[in-house]
Amino acid sequence: MVTQARMSEQEQQPNDGMEPEPQGAWARVLLARHPERPHVVDYISRMFESFTEIRGDRLFADDPAIMAGFASLRGRQVMVIGQEKGRDTKARMRHNFGMPKPEGYRKAMRAMRMAEKFGRPIVALIDTPGAYPGIDAEERGQAEAIARNLYVMAELTVPVICVCVGEGGSGGALAIGVGNAVLILENGVYSVISPESCAAIVWRDAANAELAAEALKLTAPDLLELGMVDEVVDEPGDGAHTDWDEAARLLGDAIERNLAALDGVDGESLREARYQKFRSLGSFFTEI
Amino acid sequence: MDVAEWYHGGVYCCGAETRIGFVHKDFPESSMAWFRKDSGDGNDQSKVRTEGLWFKCDSCGAIIWKKDLEAAAYVCNRCGFHFKIGARDRLRAFFDNETWEELDTSLRSTDPLQFVDQKPYHERLEAAMAKTGLQDAVVSAEGQVLGRTVIICAMEYSFIGGSMGAVVGEKITRGVERAIGKNAPLIVISASGGARMMEGMVSLVQMAKIASALTRLAGAKLPYISVLTDPTTGGVTASFAMLGDLNIAEPGALIGFAGPRVIEQTIRQKLPKGFQRSEFLVEHGMLDAVVPRADQKAFVARAFDFFCGPIQ
Ligand SMILES: [Zn+2]
Repeated sequence: MVTQARMSEQEQQPNDGMEPEPQGAWARVLLARHPERPHVVDYISRMFESFTEIRGDRLFADDPAIMAGFASLRGRQVMVIGQEKGRDTKARMRHNFGMPKPEGYRKAMRAMRMAEKFGRPIVALIDTPGAYPGIDAEERGQAEAIARNLYVMAELTVPVICVCVGEGGSGGALAIGVGNAVLILENGVYSVISPESCAAIVWRDAANAELAAEALKLTAPDLLELGMVDEVVDEPGDGAHTDWDEAARLLGDAIERNLAALDGVDGESLREARYQKFRSLGSFFTEI
Repeated sequence: MDVAEWYHGGVYCCGAETRIGFVHKDFPESSMAWFRKDSGDGNDQSKVRTEGLWFKCDSCGAIIWKKDLEAAAYVCNRCGFHFKIGARDRLRAFFDNETWEELDTSLRSTDPLQFVDQKPYHERLEAAMAKTGLQDAVVSAEGQVLGRTVIICAMEYSFIGGSMGAVVGEKITRGVERAIGKNAPLIVISASGGARMMEGMVSLVQMAKIASALTRLAGAKLPYISVLTDPTTGGVTASFAMLGDLNIAEPGALIGFAGPRVIEQTIRQKLPKGFQRSEFLVEHGMLDAVVPRADQKAFVARAFDFFCGPIQ
């Protein structure tokens, strides 16, 4: 693959000490956005067999920033949804850099309801800088689309496994993130706001994004400690970008295991378990 | 991408930014105290005296006697501009005899991220508590609306921009559960910049928590009316504020997901006039009605008659 060829070129240019390696949370942010990091399409093509894309929200348009389709994961029929950022310039434009519009969320909702109707589990792969902030998105109810997905996902009677595979950009990520299990890749980040935006607000300078990344506790280990995710999925070598096939295999294993854990659980119990999980999530308060 | 910035030197959150020009300069003393004190960089708009007996309408410039403004529930008697009001003023406008029982008053944030920017978050919290007399950005209450028991959660914009962290999420969720327990309708009155940045992902997941709770309210066939006021943006709009059986808004309120400045920076063009205002949203099918403050109580009471049957 072209991308992997370029990647090996990069590998041949070791860091010679001119620039210090980024550390801590910021290093994770850079890895999550690494240009050679596998995207949702790359995981789909490696993890699943016979992925069949379905398009359109039946209301307005098809939004390529969110992909949906059915596939088989090692023999299991599953509905897959996920944000796709696009890799080359043309693809990035087409996928709007992975920033969905309302029709993207509504397509995801349609796919999830379809999965529920036919009793198929849902795998949601999160990788977005955030929901698209634009005039058209606002006109068509970006907020309503996200809100509705949260509501619909809370009610689903099939297993829902969500994985943040790269960037989890705020409400635009959460809109496909209400799962029975919420996983994150080792170098994924999931945050209420991007470190740059946080820095611009708090320190008046996006250059302080490193500080903001640290403060926001957006790395996989931090999120696990806060109880925001259930599991951190290992990445190969120095990150998923170093070995796409192995990254997809490890992710496939984790998804398969989480789905297997929900085998035979009835719909009402699945909904109840998801409800209880989110009901107790983020209970960081005292009653004085 | 959804970024929120409130005022220079003030406090911030995620979700959307609100421009200073949109905030009424003469916002009532008690509610806007934090804003003036936190504004330290000499902006004129931060220095307006509010102690006087007169208010100036931002929209039409009318000079209104304070007593008249109070009597009109802080709506300009000349142009109908709706001034921002606090959470308890909201309750006063809805509950019979201006009486209610406040719920879950003791919840306080534990600062899950130990967030520090230029100032530790816990200090911002303490300052907001001291200024508003509230523990966080929402007041939940049970009372009577034209003789019917109703649960109302009213957000307090002057508490860190009405932003939603763990306490707001929990209180509104408990409000929903209280409504189910009492077999009562629910009203949530939003005024918020969105999720609270200083609580990070903990604030984001509150969106899912409240949305989940609302599925149970619907399961109990109990009505939920969302009242959106200026401003309602970010993670609050993108969760419970857009999930009412009815979504109604005050005239002229800024309502959206991304804030106007974020959108302008993204698309690099000026936004159309009236963009993301209540009237814009109702035209685009996102609201059932734009209801002036003075008519809201009658509106919700009529709706509850339809949903639940008239009071015997
Ligand atoms: Zn006026």
